[in-house]
Amino acid sequence: MIVVNTETIPGYQITEVKGLVQGNTIRAKHFGRDFAAGLKNIVGGELKGYTELLTEARRQAIERMMAQAQQLNANAIVNVRFTTSAVTQGAAELYAYGTAVNAESMGE
Amino acid sequence: MGELIGLGVTLLLIVIGLLSGRIQERRHFSRIEKREERFRGVTVTTLKTVPHSEQVVKATMVIGGAVIATDYFKGFVAGFKNLIGGEVKSYMTLMERARREAILRMIQQAVEWGATEIHNVRLETSNIRSSSTQRNQKYGVSVEVMAFGTAVVRGIKNESSGQ
Repeated sequence: MIVVNTETIPGYQITEVKGLVQGNTIRAKHFGRDFAAGLKNIVGGELKGYTELLTEARRQAIERMMAQAQQLNANAIVNVRFTTSAVTQGAAELYAYGTAVNAESMGE
Repeated sequence: MGELIGLGVTLLLIVIGLLSGRIQERRHFSRIEKREERFRGVTVTTLKTVPHSEQVVKATMVIGGAVIATDYFKGFVAGFKNLIGGEVKSYMTLMERARREAILRMIQQAVEWGATEIHNVRLETSNIRSSSTQRNQKYGVSVEVMAFGTAVVRGIKNESSGQ
């Protein structure tokens, strides 16, 4: 499946628009990681644990979005967007959405 | 007596934050610059549509993210700045580091995939931990920056005819 955040897929022609697809996940922070992050806030630097956590969570949101597109028999998702929102203290929602389409290669 | 100890701890944290924050920041910037030099050949744009898209044979989305924490000293300075107003320089470098790091990770992913161009790049910033910082870290702020865009690979055959 082709996933892009441009309005069209370069080199492809969109033949059919299937509609909005979305995927989300809500993650709570891990106590140990939170503690380590608290220490990092004194010395500064990158919070590797959080970077990993968010990357992994975002991948899951994308996967759920792709699963939805597959159900619609789409072969691509265009114009993908992300939002992140803090639901409660210590939990964040990662949301990915886009338009599922069927696309054909323009190659001769 | 207890107040004195509290003050001493705060001062110690500020000194630790100042020293280690400075060192980490300098190291981080030199790492960023080195990698930016390496990826100089990669075209990164914010264009919504890919120029000469008929030459493109492959496209995919690439993502890069980074979470960077401030040190205690910077947080203290920023807190102080809140009283008098003005530009908070200590947080500006924080944002810059997070953005450049996120963009570099996105480029890295694109290069590994075989692309030399990324279009329609968007950046998203979110502030994490801001609500739970009252308890033990008065001045702790961490920012998450995420960069995403569409990496494309152009066909060799078409590239020569397009020039």
